[in-house]
Amino acid sequence: MAISGVENPVTAVLLNFRGYDTLLEIGVLLLAALGVFSAVPSPVILSKSTPSPILILLLRLLLPFIVLAGGYILWIGKYAPGGAFQAGAILAAGGILLSTAAVPFNRFATKTMSIAMGIGLLTFIVVALATMMVRGNFLQYPVAQAGTLILVIEAAATISIAIILTILFIGGNPEESPTAKDEGDKAFIIERDNTTK
Amino acid sequence: MTISLLYALVGVVLLGIGLYSLIIYSHLVKKILALNVAGSGVFLFLVATANQTSGPVPDPVPHAMVLTGIVVAVSATALALALACRIHQVTGTARLTENEPE
Amino acid sequence: MTLPAWIVSLPLLAAVFTFVFPRIRIWAGIFTAIITPLMVVFLGREILAHGAIQMQVGGWQTPLGIQLYADGLSVAMLGITAIVIGCITFYARCYFTGDVSSRYFWPLWMFLWSALNALFLSGDIFNLYVTLELLGLSAVALVALSQTADALSAAMRYLLVSLTGSLSYLMGVALLYAANGTLSIKLLATTGAASPSIATAFALMAAGLIMKSALFPMHFWLPPAHANAPAPVSAVLSALVVKASFYILMRLWLVIFEPFINPSTAQLMGVLGAGAIIWGSVQALVAERLKLLVAYSTVAQIGYLFLIFPLSSITQSNHTAWQGGFYFVLSHACAKSAVFLAAGSVIYSFGHDRIKELHGIVRRMPVSMFAFALASVSLIGLPPSGGFIAKWLYLNAALTGGHWWWCVLIIIGSLLATAYVFRFFSRAFSYSPEVVEERPVPWIMEWTALGLALCALILGFIAPAVTTLLDAGNPF
Repeated sequence: MAISGVENPVTAVLLNFRGYDTLLEIGVLLLAALGVFSAVPSPVILSKSTPSPILILLLRLLLPFIVLAGGYILWIGKYAPGGAFQAGAILAAGGILLSTAAVPFNRFATKTMSIAMGIGLLTFIVVALATMMVRGNFLQYPVAQAGTLILVIEAAATISIAIILTILFIGGNPEESPTAKDEGDKAFIIERDNTTK
Repeated sequence: MTISLLYALVGVVLLGIGLYSLIIYSHLVKKILALNVAGSGVFLFLVATANQTSGPVPDPVPHAMVLTGIVVAVSATALALALACRIHQVTGTARLTENEPE
Repeated sequence: MTLPAWIVSLPLLAAVFTFVFPRIRIWAGIFTAIITPLMVVFLGREILAHGAIQMQVGGWQTPLGIQLYADGLSVAMLGITAIVIGCITFYARCYFTGDVSSRYFWPLWMFLWSALNALFLSGDIFNLYVTLELLGLSAVALVALSQTADALSAAMRYLLVSLTGSLSYLMGVALLYAANGTLSIKLLATTGAASPSIATAFALMAAGLIMKSALFPMHFWLPPAHANAPAPVSAVLSALVVKASFYILMRLWLVIFEPFINPSTAQLMGVLGAGAIIWGSVQALVAERLKLLVAYSTVAQIGYLFLIFPLSSITQSNHTAWQGGFYFVLSHACAKSAVFLAAGSVIYSFGHDRIKELHGIVRRMPVSMFAFALASVSLIGLPPSGGFIAKWLYLNAALTGGHWWWCVLIIIGSLLATAYVFRFFSRAFSYSPEVVEERPVPWIMEWTALGLALCALILGFIAPAVTTLLDAGNPF
């Protein structure tokens, strides 16, 4: 365990010994979000109604604790059960609460959202390739920095996982809410019928 | 009967129930739920496998496999549900039409 | 030797970048389509020179770590993947002209490619599960890209079948791990012992992989999915995706399971393959739409692949049977993708693919029809083509063992293939006085179809080189 950089055996297996599986798995998550974007033009769970004041108050109380819990679980993954996926799931629960409270999501900047979704996989691959170019083997962390590298990967992954899981729950691309661009949709439908039939 | 054997058998039973329900029901959401139940059965079986090793710490590899499996199952379920919603939007029904394409 | 890692990582990086920065998507896609085949070529030369390559990911030795394994067979599959997807990338660049529809195509396409590469290089049964899921989800999302009701239903059916297959496979993995304590294919080969759990594991894994490969009678999801997907997607689905699960089944059979399995199982797979050939060909004969005809042709051709199992159990012709089967995989990938691309050009030009109304199109789209004809030569199995070499090897294997009934089946299959191909050709080459609304087809689309068809033919000429490659690293 000591040479893997973390003390929790499951985290060691997930991020170090069988890190390649985890890399592909984060790819599967991003792919699912991508599939949902392409299959569903506008989110299934919409934020048409006005935000409910009771839920907003509850969120104001709960969200800081949710974020705190997520961060804690991420950090404690080194020593006890925890880690990127678990923390990401907790944060995503916060995101789901936000969406059920009808907080409008289409105010998020698209580019930020896309980058946040991709950062987990990107970090993982970059670290893997970097270690390969330095040490000669894919995903082979230098023993001294193993713990740090794993934490960096897990932090980026947590952000990605949280956002992707929230988006999977919403069931679509938040910026494509039907309140805007109806003309754009019609043009797309006509175009699509012409090209892909 | 040891505990892990019990868990393993329950896992297999869940897998069977899930696969049976997948075939029987025609509503899409029920099919997706059935797949999830079957998946949980497989994961339970894997966790039971982890308990077989002697020593204080259970084998971490099946645990990692289950974690990966859960994430993959969640992703697949999300895609399936999104497709089911879209099918409902487009065709008005949440069941797969069974006629052969002409 | 770090090439295997790059071959997997480059399309993955391209996938992330085309998703986050949609504006560079076409350039990123074309860049990957050029660089990845080059890397595969280098890997191939390395393997021919030094034998099979193994790479321990993370530096951890098995049984704990994951092994990437590349031998001649993997490189052959990687090569055909690179060629087919590379060509289709150029086709797709012209096919998806809309801005929104192509926005999601490119990241999904790159994910599909990286999934295939990761699958062919993997030496670990659980890693294979993850790559199978990656492959399945990207294929489903690509099928659903058309957004028509038929395409969505087909995608849903495909997804449900794919997930069931993966789950069955995962249960087999769990059983194998419980019995042997390792996930590495190489180690599993040495530590096996015949037992009920091994037999059950094989049954589960085989059932799952057979569902994903659309072997009769588990083929019901394939015709709607391949017929309703956009043409480039249909091409890669028929050519590569259904072969990937077959490749896994073959690997597991060869390396782990062969000593333990009752020979009647092999005969059963052969019988199912025979059913696929007959049923698929018959359905192709009555299909109304061109893409549906081609999809049923895929069902039939997959049946040929499963003839490997009974033919290889004839001990004298074991090697020949394996070579024949994989020659089939390679040539069918080129031929079927060429046919689907040509069909896609027809749809692009005329707006439909109803066979009854496609009179005399050879005058309007000569290049595409020529590509279709060349590819059909390989599909039927006429010399000189890859399909002919494959059937020749099969016939050799069968006759060496005296199993003449497989020979009869193969010949019947070729006759049926000729029938359904000519059903389309008689229309296409007939005289047509009507003027039909058509859209000009970009030359890239027609010529990529022709290029792939030529590959299928070239495979017929370079047989010794290909078989040398397949044998590198002694996979059989």
